[in-house]
Amino acid sequence: MTAILEVDELSSGYGPVPVLRDVTFEVPTGTVTAILGANGAGKTTLLRTLSGLLRPTTGRVRFDGEDLRGVPVERLVRRGLAHVPEGRGVVAELTVEENLRLGGLWRRDRADARRAQDEVYQLFDPLARRRRHAGHQLSGGERQMLALGRALIARPRLLLLDEPSLGLAPRVSGQIMTLLRQLCDGSGLTVLLVEQNVRSALGIADQGVVMSLGRVVMATPAAQLRDDEQLRHAYLGF
Amino acid sequence: MTATRPSEVPTERPPAAPSALRRLLPGAPGSGTVGGSTLLRHLIVAVLAGTAVVLLTNQLPPYQNLQVARVGAFLCVTAGYTVLVGLNGQLSLGHGALMATGAYTVALVQQALADRAVQGRWILPLSLLLAAGVTAAVGLAIGLAAARLRGPYLAGVTLAVATLVPAITTIFTDVFNGEQGLRFPAETPPASLGAYFQPERWLAWVALLAALVTMVLMANLVRSRFGRSLRAVRDDEVAARLAGIPVARTQVLAFVVSAACAGLGGGVYAVLTGTVAPGKFALELSLFLLMAIVIGGLGSLAGAVWGAVLLVALQDLPSLLTETFTLPSGLARRLEGNLALAVFGLTLVVVMLAAPGGLQGAARDLLARLGARRRHPSR
Repeated sequence: MTAILEVDELSSGYGPVPVLRDVTFEVPTGTVTAILGANGAGKTTLLRTLSGLLRPTTGRVRFDGEDLRGVPVERLVRRGLAHVPEGRGVVAELTVEENLRLGGLWRRDRADARRAQDEVYQLFDPLARRRRHAGHQLSGGERQMLALGRALIARPRLLLLDEPSLGLAPRVSGQIMTLLRQLCDGSGLTVLLVEQNVRSALGIADQGVVMSLGRVVMATPAAQLRDDEQLRHAYLGF
Repeated sequence: MTATRPSEVPTERPPAAPSALRRLLPGAPGSGTVGGSTLLRHLIVAVLAGTAVVLLTNQLPPYQNLQVARVGAFLCVTAGYTVLVGLNGQLSLGHGALMATGAYTVALVQQALADRAVQGRWILPLSLLLAAGVTAAVGLAIGLAAARLRGPYLAGVTLAVATLVPAITTIFTDVFNGEQGLRFPAETPPASLGAYFQPERWLAWVALLAALVTMVLMANLVRSRFGRSLRAVRDDEVAARLAGIPVARTQVLAFVVSAACAGLGGGVYAVLTGTVAPGKFALELSLFLLMAIVIGGLGSLAGAVWGAVLLVALQDLPSLLTETFTLPSGLARRLEGNLALAVFGLTLVVVMLAAPGGLQGAARDLLARLGARRRHPSR
């Protein structure tokens, strides 16, 4: 199986403060990879560096075999790498419909962008009912759906998701997880997921990457993390 | 992404959901809002508004036609300014200086052509286009700096630009003729309109045309992809970048567009009097412009119209007062200088307390309330 994303000795941080240290792992195409780890392990920083919001200090990221160094964020989206940040990345003042259209703004194929928009409305029924509502009028779950929908409109090949279940009712977060799995299986989307809720993340993941203090301490099949009690105790605390 | 619709996918359906209706209408409600008719609709509104004002100018005496012309000139500026500040969230305090750039461009071009005894009706549109172009270039320079600055820091830098104008005109006296400013041949009505055509009416038409062109362009811009990008960048830069919008380029472009409008407005303003002097483009002008769009309703083009009307009305208020009432000359002179600023400031405070959405926001609320009452007359 080929890897859509190869991260090689990646380091980055905020100004003089290093956060990631020599992070190396691969994400195989068409799988769900969960990044796990305690608070402050560098999970969000990793995603921000992958999507170009942060510049790496050293190391390399290859997406579909191409080096991503120096490619600005807005270009990455066009190449098929979408990032749904923590806190949802929804533009609060724009309506649901406008937010979704924002996701397809740069696309040449407007007909397809419209089609993608309709598909998102079919996937997320609550959004379809709230087209004219502003982003700030949505519930937490609806916002997460909107952020996800906006990312999907770009028809990404790789989706980076930061804490999609944060602050959501367990039922809603479960639904979102199921949906991610289905998108992966149905359309060959690859998902890289950061999640505090280890159980639900491992429930859908193929691979688990465990981080601690800015380093990758383990990258194994998710099934192994699910089943091996000692591993879970040592790295995930349950 | 496939459009399969698995049963476990988020539903969160409240009991009264109109999902059955939604299935009956496969086109999905509201999808018809996106169409090529927007430009046409704006053009129709513009033509109607233009006709109304032209009919009005036929009835007005010269001075009031000049006031209409000044509203038109200011409208060019406020329309572009409200797009920058209201829709893109970049606070510029230097738009008075951008107006000055446009005004001086028109004056220099017209002077140069007059010196070479060049004549023709094309001089006016040419000089106005150049005014917009030159000011857009200046706006590009400021915008490039602005894209790196946020909020109060941007305001600070643009404020510096606003205070620069008088200094530049005095330093380069050879070109700009210092405090005296420049004079150029006054704009006259074309002979085809008749020998006794009121010149002020012609000026009002010129300003009106410039304002309508600006308004139509801005109205389309606001509703376009670029308009949505502007608002996305204002509200959440990270979300905008992740959606594929180049944030810095959007901000710079917004500044350039806004500057071109200010340059055009400044150029028209210069044409109305046939003179430019640094005193007209002092810091107060920039502050007046900001107050005008805030009072009118930030980010709204209709609010820009209110703002432009207010700018002219309030600047004429002191002279109106001193003419109507016989005031002691000392008091009158003090009023002349300060009354407009004071009234503007007070209006700003009152409007912000009573209607934070500005005049246009208040009007919209009022209409919505009237509409609601008509629909439910019992309440």
